[in-house]
Amino acid sequence: MSSGNTLSENAEEYMEVLYKLSLKERPVKTTKISTMLNVSPASVTQMIKKLQKEGYVDYSPYKGVTLTEEGYKIASKITRKHRLLERFLHDVLKIKKDKVHDQACEMEHVLSDDAERALCQLLENPDECPDDEELIPVCDFQFETCEECHKRRQEEVNQVGKRDKNLVSITDMKKNEKGKVSFIRGDYKVIRRLMDMGITMGAHIAVLEVAPFKGPIQLLVRGSNLALGRDIAKNVFVEIIREDTVPSKGALSYG
Amino acid sequence: MVKLPECIEKSEYEKTISSVTQEVKIEPGDITIALAGNANVGKSVIFNNLTGSEQVVGNWPGKTVDLAEGTFHYNGQKLHIIDLPGIYSFSTFSMEEIVSREYIAHEKPEVVINVLDGSVLERNLFFTLQLMEMGVPLVVCVNQMDIARQKGFHIDTEKLEKALGVPVVPTVAIHGEGLQKLVEKAIDVAQTRKVVEVPVGYGGEVERVVKQLEEFLDNEGLDLGYSNRWVAIKLLENDPEINKQVESISERAIQYSTYLALELEKIHDEPSFSIIASERYALASRIAAGAQKQDKYKPTLSEKLDKILIHPLFGYFTSALVILGLLIWTFVLGNFLSEIITEAMSFFQPVDAVLSGPVIAVLWNGAFGGFVAGVTLIVPFVIPFYILLSYIENSGLLTRVAFMMDSFMQKIGLHGKALIPLILGYGCSVPAIDSTKILETRRERLLAAFAITFAPCSARTIIILSLVAIFVSIWWALALYVLDIIIIFIMGKLALKAMPGESTGLIMEMHALRLPSTSNILKQTWNRTKSLIYLVFPVFIAGSALIQVLYVLGVLGPISNFMAPLTVGWLLLPSFAGILLIVGVVRKEFVLLTLVSFVGTDLSLALTPVQFIVLALIGMLYIPCLSTISILIREFGLKAASVISAANLITAFIVGGIAAHLLSFIL
Repeated sequence: MSSGNTLSENAEEYMEVLYKLSLKERPVKTTKISTMLNVSPASVTQMIKKLQKEGYVDYSPYKGVTLTEEGYKIASKITRKHRLLERFLHDVLKIKKDKVHDQACEMEHVLSDDAERALCQLLENPDECPDDEELIPVCDFQFETCEECHKRRQEEVNQVGKRDKNLVSITDMKKNEKGKVSFIRGDYKVIRRLMDMGITMGAHIAVLEVAPFKGPIQLLVRGSNLALGRDIAKNVFVEIIREDTVPSKGALSYG
Repeated sequence: MVKLPECIEKSEYEKTISSVTQEVKIEPGDITIALAGNANVGKSVIFNNLTGSEQVVGNWPGKTVDLAEGTFHYNGQKLHIIDLPGIYSFSTFSMEEIVSREYIAHEKPEVVINVLDGSVLERNLFFTLQLMEMGVPLVVCVNQMDIARQKGFHIDTEKLEKALGVPVVPTVAIHGEGLQKLVEKAIDVAQTRKVVEVPVGYGGEVERVVKQLEEFLDNEGLDLGYSNRWVAIKLLENDPEINKQVESISERAIQYSTYLALELEKIHDEPSFSIIASERYALASRIAAGAQKQDKYKPTLSEKLDKILIHPLFGYFTSALVILGLLIWTFVLGNFLSEIITEAMSFFQPVDAVLSGPVIAVLWNGAFGGFVAGVTLIVPFVIPFYILLSYIENSGLLTRVAFMMDSFMQKIGLHGKALIPLILGYGCSVPAIDSTKILETRRERLLAAFAITFAPCSARTIIILSLVAIFVSIWWALALYVLDIIIIFIMGKLALKAMPGESTGLIMEMHALRLPSTSNILKQTWNRTKSLIYLVFPVFIAGSALIQVLYVLGVLGPISNFMAPLTVGWLLLPSFAGILLIVGVVRKEFVLLTLVSFVGTDLSLALTPVQFIVLALIGMLYIPCLSTISILIREFGLKAASVISAANLITAFIVGGIAAHLLSFIL
């Protein structure tokens, strides 16, 4: 999205923090943002209002901040670039774990989409960043599997096109949320095993239970109850399905 | 990124090509029925119901997959029945899948009964469609109709029959409902050998491409033993093994299939195997939707129970309860039975210090000792274990516990299901190692088995209790237990380092909870026990006789003296400890019994508190007992068994020595 390029580096840092916080709790309290970025609450409010004007967040004083669809798209993109870069710095350049974050923060703003894709391929579709083991968000290119991305290596990103819906990992879904399987990260054997169990592209799933301590997730898929270990579940990405046809306020496609 | 390890090595795969050796004799005119279907759909219940006691459970040649065969008569017709392992697909990612696929293709059973779980019709039909692709004579059995009804599903089997084009029989196997009709239909199909192709084709391009490739293969004169339609589909799915097999015959077929697969991928923008899986599921979904109606949804008892069993908080309590229950059951019942048996056989002394005379008498004494050891292992500990394990397994409780415990098990490189073998290890290592079969890969089975060899089994518990708890204090006994758990964890971590590899990750179906049938449980228990008896008794009897002879011949003394630098020098134990340790290899309790025969019942006269603790520690860790070693060899081969035993031995002497030297300052 071209609008993404208009954001300042500083604004992108805010988006990253918002992404991380909003997967845990929504709306995000502005005080949390100010502690994480180590800036004054006043400047947080100032920036949030700016982002609201651009249409990236919804903000109501005393309640907090929620990313809009457009905002989530940009926030997950910049987070993805950041975490991919961390992996690259750590795995390929052998830079120490505690150094990669700051370095990646500098580099993420200038990484093009094609470079992002090439990096992901080079690193063999990594799923976690090295320092805090956070999940690397899925790419926004129109692929359903990593294999497809590899096969269409010749095509550039703008030829491939981008997804029009935001995707979210099953591990970021809440209990009782429903989704449509849209992307599975990993080699073909994982995908195949998942498909044998009914998790095919476009299949509808519902989260029944999430075990604590990074335990497995219980899903309902094609009428069967399936437990997926966290390591597998985190690489299955869905488009959240809302049952109410009129989306209530704050109901977003990213969960 | 999680990668699935290669479960099957090439050599292992090639072994499967060789045909299955039949343990049950088949005469011309007999009918062979294979039961196939997903895991936990009730295949074994049907199998047990039909065959009664006439069954053999063994392993598929060269593999750790159970092979259950049986015979029965119906209207004068002799029928053989094979219970294939429960699988979800034929993609050759597990031994079970290979075994089933090879069996159906090469042994060509007269009829395959595909057992479905009526409450999960769509997912089960996915496998039915694959069986139909293989072109086998098929009867579909929709089992667990009662659970389906509870979930509010009304399944119209006639509609299903029409949609699939093969006979469909509804059953509730656990009550024997519908089984007679099932057998009649199976015999019908077996006699006509009618093969029905997939009734409704797949979507436009997929069907066209499959047909094109199938014709091409026909023209090439390819015959792998499978139907060419199935081979065509597998080639398009890029199945590695089928690819390899076809490549050796016809390079052109591979080229053509690659070309067609690319064509498909261009249209659908998905890998070809994904397109085909989606097509198959779309078809399964259509057939299921046409044949079943669901009432207004109301939660079943099973779903209500699940609210507690896998609740983020209560789930841990219930899981702990199940684990504790299993432990208490085994300990209390095991010790109770063990005492009775030991009492009954109290006239017997494992190593009789004064025994001399003809070699026969000595041998007899030793062999009888082995027999006693076997009985005191199997009756009190193994059988009660297997019974309760079967209950926990078949009721579906096991999957709930595995679900809750997955994150902890990940820490030693295993997933939730591995918890079960480990818990079993607290009772007896032998069935525990046997039950590592529930894990997917050899690496995971080996990791689990390794951890199990350190678990304080009931025999070790006896040593700890009777040496330390009685003669030192119960707190030191408890401390040893805690130390053991720490050692398991450390060794588990070390093993993980030594055997790096990707963990499989948990993908597990959670079936509706149900009350298992008792007769099924008992049969399962008996079959499991039987296979252990064949393993354990010969080893015990021969091993014990040998040690007795060596002892009488006076060979043990010198060996013990030879070990003295280690036992006396490093471990600070009395010199006869060497003999105890040698005897204890057969069965750990022998350490204790022999000690009693040496110094009388008041052991405190012969040993200091530190020596008690060190001896218990060594006895606990130093080597798996003979039966454990033999099951390790059976499951993992001689090399792995030796490495594990050596690791045990080294750990024991390091930990024991450190304890001996440190504790002398404290006690």
